[in-house]
Amino acid sequence: MRYVKQLLTLFCIAFLVLAVSLPVFAAEDKYPSKVITIIVPFSAGGPSDTIARLVAQTMSVSLKNQIIVENVAGAGGTIGAARVAKAQPDGYTLFVHHIGHSTAPTLYRKLTYDPINDFAPIGLINDGAMTLVARKNFPANNLKELIAYVKANKDKVNLANAGVGSASHLAGMLFMSALQIDLTTIPYKGTGPAMNDLLGGQVDFMIDQTTNTTSHIKAGKIKVYGVTTKKRLASLPDVPTMNEAGLPNFEITVWHALYAPKGTPKPIIDQLSKALQAALKDPVLNQRFADLGSESVAQNRATPEALRAHLKSEINKWGPIIKKAGVFAD
Amino acid sequence: MELITDIGLGFSTAITLVNLLCCLAGVFLGTLIGVLPGLGPTATIAMLLPITFTLPPVSSLIMLAGIYYGSQYGGSTTSILVNVPGEAASVVTTLDGYQMARNGRAGVALTTAAVGSFFAGTVATALIALFASPMAEIALKFGPAEFFSLIVLGLLAAIVLAKGSLLHAFGMVILGLLLGLVGSDVNTGTQRFTFGMPQLADGIGFVVVAMGMFGIAEIIRNLEREDIHSTVVNKITSLMPTREDWKRMIAPTLRGTVIGSALGILPGSGSILGAFAAYAIEKKVSKHGKEFGTGAIEGVAAPESANNAGAQTSFIPMLTLGIPSSPVMALMIGAMIIQGIQPGPSVMVEQPALFWGIIVSMWIGNFFLIILNLPLIGIWVRMVSVPYHFLFPAILVFCGIGVFSLNNAQFDIYLMALFGVLGYIFVKLDCEPAPMLLAFILGPLMEEYMRRALLLSRGDPMIFIRRPISATLLAIGVLAIVAAALPALYKKREEAFRE
Repeated sequence: MRYVKQLLTLFCIAFLVLAVSLPVFAAEDKYPSKVITIIVPFSAGGPSDTIARLVAQTMSVSLKNQIIVENVAGAGGTIGAARVAKAQPDGYTLFVHHIGHSTAPTLYRKLTYDPINDFAPIGLINDGAMTLVARKNFPANNLKELIAYVKANKDKVNLANAGVGSASHLAGMLFMSALQIDLTTIPYKGTGPAMNDLLGGQVDFMIDQTTNTTSHIKAGKIKVYGVTTKKRLASLPDVPTMNEAGLPNFEITVWHALYAPKGTPKPIIDQLSKALQAALKDPVLNQRFADLGSESVAQNRATPEALRAHLKSEINKWGPIIKKAGVFAD
Repeated sequence: MELITDIGLGFSTAITLVNLLCCLAGVFLGTLIGVLPGLGPTATIAMLLPITFTLPPVSSLIMLAGIYYGSQYGGSTTSILVNVPGEAASVVTTLDGYQMARNGRAGVALTTAAVGSFFAGTVATALIALFASPMAEIALKFGPAEFFSLIVLGLLAAIVLAKGSLLHAFGMVILGLLLGLVGSDVNTGTQRFTFGMPQLADGIGFVVVAMGMFGIAEIIRNLEREDIHSTVVNKITSLMPTREDWKRMIAPTLRGTVIGSALGILPGSGSILGAFAAYAIEKKVSKHGKEFGTGAIEGVAAPESANNAGAQTSFIPMLTLGIPSSPVMALMIGAMIIQGIQPGPSVMVEQPALFWGIIVSMWIGNFFLIILNLPLIGIWVRMVSVPYHFLFPAILVFCGIGVFSLNNAQFDIYLMALFGVLGYIFVKLDCEPAPMLLAFILGPLMEEYMRRALLLSRGDPMIFIRRPISATLLAIGVLAIVAAALPALYKKREEAFRE
C-alpha cells in the first residue's frame, strides 16, 4: 500500500513537471508560437505609436504570427521601458522607443533600468525628419532672418515644445546651444496642443517632427524655415535643409528602434532582426513612412550591432547638451 | 448650394451597406462600453485599431467615431442607475439622474437622457456641417490666458451649483485641485505628492476617483441600511415621461445643446465643462431650481444634451485642423495616418467624401443610437430592481475590472477602494463629491494654462485682465459667486437680527 502511494505521488510529480515544462519545450521548438506584444511607451495615436503599429503589422506577415501593440505611456517613456527591462526574455515582449531612449539616462537621474545593458537591441527602424516652423505672421522670412530676429529679441521670443524629453524639446535645446542663447521655452503636453497654439499664434516657433507639421506647412497655416536632415525631403521639396539655410551642422532625426529584454536568446533576436529588415523593404510601409516625412533605415542599420553602436553614440551626444541646459525630468 | 452637393456626397458615402454596418457596429460598441464602467472609448478604440486597418478608410473612421459618441450616449446609463459615472462628462448626470432613479423614475431619466442626447447630437452635427471651419478658427483665438479664466469660471460655477453650503463646496474644490496636482510637474518634470511611488508619477486616474467617490461610496452607504435584501430604489412608476415631463425637458435641452456645442470645440476640457456649465446655468434659470439635486428632470436633460453636443463638436479641431483635442481624437488621427490619409486642413479639400461621409454618418449614428437605446431602457430599469445583495457584488466586480483595465495595475484598484472610503466619509460630512471631481479634472489643466500664460507674459499676472475674452470670463465668475453668496450672507444677518 505504501509503495502504491509513493508511486502515485511520483507519478503526480512527474506529470506536473511535464505539464509545466511541455509548453516551454513546445515554445522553444518553434518561435514564434504565440502572440508577440510590442510595448510602446507612449499613448496610442501619437507618431511613435503609428510607427510601431506599421512595423508590427508588416512584421507579423513575414513572421506568420500575430503581433499586438500595447501602450504603456508615461514619464517620458520610462515607465514602459522599465516594464520591458523586467519582462520575460522569451521573444514575446518587444519594445519600440524613439530617440528618448538615449536621452532618458541623462534626463532621469533615478532610472530603475539601464538603457543599454537591460535591453537586447534588434535594429533601427527609421529616421524621422524635423522642421523649424513658426506662426504664420512671424516677421522673419528665412532662417538667417529668424536667427537674427531671435538673437535681437531673445527676451520676447517664445519657443514651444511638446514636453520634457520630447523630440521637440531636444531639438529646441540643440538650437539654443547652436545659437549660444537662452530663450523662454513653453512646454506642452504632447505635440497636438503645441501645434494648436502655434496655429493660433500664441507662441512664436518650434522645431517639431514632420509627422506633425507637414500638413500645416502645405496648407500655409505656419511658416517653415528648414528641415533637420542631411538632404531635402521628398514630401517637402521646396524646404531647404538647415545647412543650406545657414545653420551648419544642425542635424537631428527622430529615430525609432526595436528592442527585446536582456537575455533574449540570440537565435530569436536574429530571427526578429531579419523580420524587421524584411518589413522595412515593404513598399506600403515605406509609402506610409514617406507620408509621415520619415524614412526606413538602410538594411545594414536594422541590425543589433548597428543599433547598439547608435544608441551609445546618441547617449554620448545628448548627455552634455542636456547637462549644460540643466534640465532634468525628475 | 455647395453645401447641398457636399451633404449629398456625404449621404452617398455614408449610405452604403458596409458603411451603415460600420456605423451600427460603432454605436453599438460605443453604447456597450459606455455602459460598462471604466472601459472607456480610448481603450476600446486602441484595441480595435488593428481591425480597422482592413476596412476602407471612410468605413473605419465612421466606426471609430461611432464608438466615441456612442460611449457618451451610454455613459449616462450607469450614472443614473447605480451612481457610477462611466465617463467624465456624466459625473453631472449622477446628481439628479441617480436621485430620479431612487424615486423610481429611472426609466424617465434614461428616456430624457436618450432624447436629449439625440436632439443635441443631431443639432451639433448640423453645426459641424455648416460652420466647422469658422468655429475652428474661433477656438484658436483661445490662448492660455483665456483657457485659465474659463476654467476659473467653471470652478466658481461648481461652487455655486453645489446643493449644500458654499463653504463645503469651496473646500471640496480645493481638495480636488490638490488631488489633481499629484504626479509630474509639466514644466520641469518634478514629482509632486507621489511619495516615491512610480504608480503616481502620472497622477491619479479620473476613473479611479470617480468610481471610488461615487460608485463604491454609494455601495457602502446602501449597505449601511438594514434592509439590503430588498432593492434600494422605490417602486418604478413609469418608463415614459409624462406630458409635464416633456414640457419641462424642452428648454433645458435647447440650452444644453447650445452650451455643449460651444464648449465642445475647445480642446481638453470641453465636454466636461459643457455638462457642468449647462447644469449650473439651468439651476439658476429654471423655475424648478429648488428641486435640483433631488431628482429634477432638467438636471438630467441639460447636462446630457450638453455632453453629447460637445462630443459631436469636439470632432471639429480634428477634422478641420488635424489637431487632436483628446486622446480619442489622437487615436482617430493615428488611424487616418495608418490608412494613408494625412490629417490636417487639407482633408476637407482633398478628401471631401471622407469629411462629409463622417458628418452624415453622425446623423445616421445618432438615429441608430436612439432606436437602440429606447427599447433597452426597459431592461436597464429591471436591472435596478434586482435585489441589492446580488446587484452590489456585480457593481463591485465591474468597477474592479473597469479600473484594472485602464493600466493593468492592481494599484489602481486599491486606490479606488481608498477613494470609496473617502467618498463615504464625505457623504457623512455633507460634502458633495461633484465639485471635487470637476476641480480634480480641471485643476491640472488650469495650472498648465496659468503657468503657460505667465511664461508668455514673463510673469505678469495682468495678462488675465488685459486680454478681453479672459477678463470677461473672470468678471462673470466673480458676479456668479457674489450673486450666490449675497442671499446667504443676507439670511445670516437676518438670523442674527432675530436673535
